[in-house]
Amino acid sequence: MGNDTILEAQHINKYFREPVLFHVLKDIHFKINNGEFVSVMGKSGCGKSTLLYILSTMDTDYEGNLFFMGKKITGKPHEELARIRNQHIGFVFQFHYLLSEFTVLENVMLPAKKLGMKSLDEIKHDAIEKLRLLHIEDQAHKLASQISGGQKQRVAIARALINDPAIIMGDEPTGNLDSHNSDNVLRIFRDLVLEKKLSLLVVTHDHDFADQTDRIIEMGDGRILKD
Amino acid sequence: MINWKVILSISKTHLLSRMKQTAIAALGVTFGIGTFIILVSFMTGLNGLLDGLILNRTPHVHIYNEIEPSKTQPIDRYGILKDGFKVIRSIKPKFVQTKIHNALPLLSNLNKNPEVKGAIPQLRAQIFYISGSIELGGNLIGLEVLEEVRLFNFGEYIVKGSSEALDQTENGILLGAGVAEKMSLNVGNTVQISTVGGEFFPLKIVGIYQSGLADIDNIQSFASLKTVQRILGQPKNYVTDINVKLYDIDQAVPMARQIERQFQLTAVDIKTANAQFETGTAIRNLITYAVSITLLVVAGFGIYNILNMLIYEKMNDIAILKATGFSGKDVQYIFISQAVLIGLVGGILGLLIGFGLSVVIDHLPFETDALPTIKTYPVNFNPWYYVIGISFAMVSTFLAGYLPARKARKIDPVEIIRGQ
Repeated sequence: MGNDTILEAQHINKYFREPVLFHVLKDIHFKINNGEFVSVMGKSGCGKSTLLYILSTMDTDYEGNLFFMGKKITGKPHEELARIRNQHIGFVFQFHYLLSEFTVLENVMLPAKKLGMKSLDEIKHDAIEKLRLLHIEDQAHKLASQISGGQKQRVAIARALINDPAIIMGDEPTGNLDSHNSDNVLRIFRDLVLEKKLSLLVVTHDHDFADQTDRIIEMGDGRILKD
Repeated sequence: MINWKVILSISKTHLLSRMKQTAIAALGVTFGIGTFIILVSFMTGLNGLLDGLILNRTPHVHIYNEIEPSKTQPIDRYGILKDGFKVIRSIKPKFVQTKIHNALPLLSNLNKNPEVKGAIPQLRAQIFYISGSIELGGNLIGLEVLEEVRLFNFGEYIVKGSSEALDQTENGILLGAGVAEKMSLNVGNTVQISTVGGEFFPLKIVGIYQSGLADIDNIQSFASLKTVQRILGQPKNYVTDINVKLYDIDQAVPMARQIERQFQLTAVDIKTANAQFETGTAIRNLITYAVSITLLVVAGFGIYNILNMLIYEKMNDIAILKATGFSGKDVQYIFISQAVLIGLVGGILGLLIGFGLSVVIDHLPFETDALPTIKTYPVNFNPWYYVIGISFAMVSTFLAGYLPARKARKIDPVEIIRGQ
């Protein structure tokens, strides 16, 4: 495992126990390098989202080993996993998942406040910076519930970037955006990979989107079909 | 590791963005704590008043000679009948003098005891108040009035005139209010009394005494010890009762037993004399606390309910907080801190309202013939009740928040995010 590997999955198996025992992921084995833009494709129910949640450390109920930034994270306590997510992993979901009672700026600042490594002024400055990067700094002081869907998605990306993570994971980040906004998000992702050497792992249905990534992992029936 | 600033800012936003629900939850606590403060202040104030009525003027140990039959009758000493079955009819009480033997040395002995705050003599005499041809039966008690004022708050019951006047006036009398009313007498008048022996004495009324208990006020009057001794034609050591006040009321029982053994006198302690009274106080306290705790438990259920609903509403927020790196514990603290904040704000408001209404009650006029010195309702402003009140608010809201918050901690973000 070289220094340029950010994430490595070794023989991951996952079962759903309810309502009946179901083998969702079968011996998943792959790695993602630094600065790689990877998309995972497959039909609904093939287990690609399930895989993403395991890779994101949120789901700990699996067999096999997971390495992140060269360290084994399988079996670590929840507190520590939460810290790893906070510092090194950024999330963008299909639904925007902003805290609707907070302003756009507060939403972006929250993970950095939790991390607590910078002063409030620095965090605020960084957050405005990230919003500017995504061209929505003019919305900073609106409530998250008052902006449009495309804007929300960009706020979510800004929030994912706030702690300068090593990898960004997206679950259908363009899933309910129109083609214009979808292209926009894609362009933002591309720029991030090029400029900041970020790794990106995106689960998607969208062939046009996937075609523009560095690497496509195709899944079917709980296995990797094509890499 | 736990970043309280972030957690508190999140819970503050949650609370402020649903002001109505927060206010209702906090008002539940306010109502409970406010009622607790008012109830407990008023109840203990009333208890204190009644305690004062009875306990302050009751001697801790009352020493006198009881008239009773001998416990050992002559036939019991007759050896032949020792194991027999004896029937004695028409037993008469043994003759004892009403005066306490060697009263003056006994008094000075008691006053030397470091546990005794004061021991003072009284002399009880049966008399008649004479008004024309009418004779009213009554009691005249001779006492050392200034000592009575010091030890037994005697001054509180003198509604006209003063204790000093009684101390300084030869042949002065402090007339019971009931007697004074019946005979249309007032301070400065003279009242004729006669002893059981038939001798008449004119006494000058220097004050009116009202205890609040009509049975006493209708018959009882007071004069100085010397005056009563002279009326009865008795020497200076003639005393029928000794009243003892102790520094520590709990010493009353052993002290009374010791005096009975040592001096062969009857000594009644305050606990025996007022046993039913203490029971009443305890039950009133019990009712106060039971009602207050019930109110707070109801408020607690309100908070539990609102937080539970809030957590169902906030499922998405919880999932996103966890996904972006907040641990289960952080999420739990977010919701517990909301409950405790509701408790704190509601509790402090409750203390203020409780204090305000207590002050209002304290100024309400409450005048009754039974309690001549009381002008307003009694309220006890003991700061401890406020400490108890706010502590209870915090504890009950913490418990009400704990269960929903624990549920929030255990929410699996993957399930929520998948569910969309």
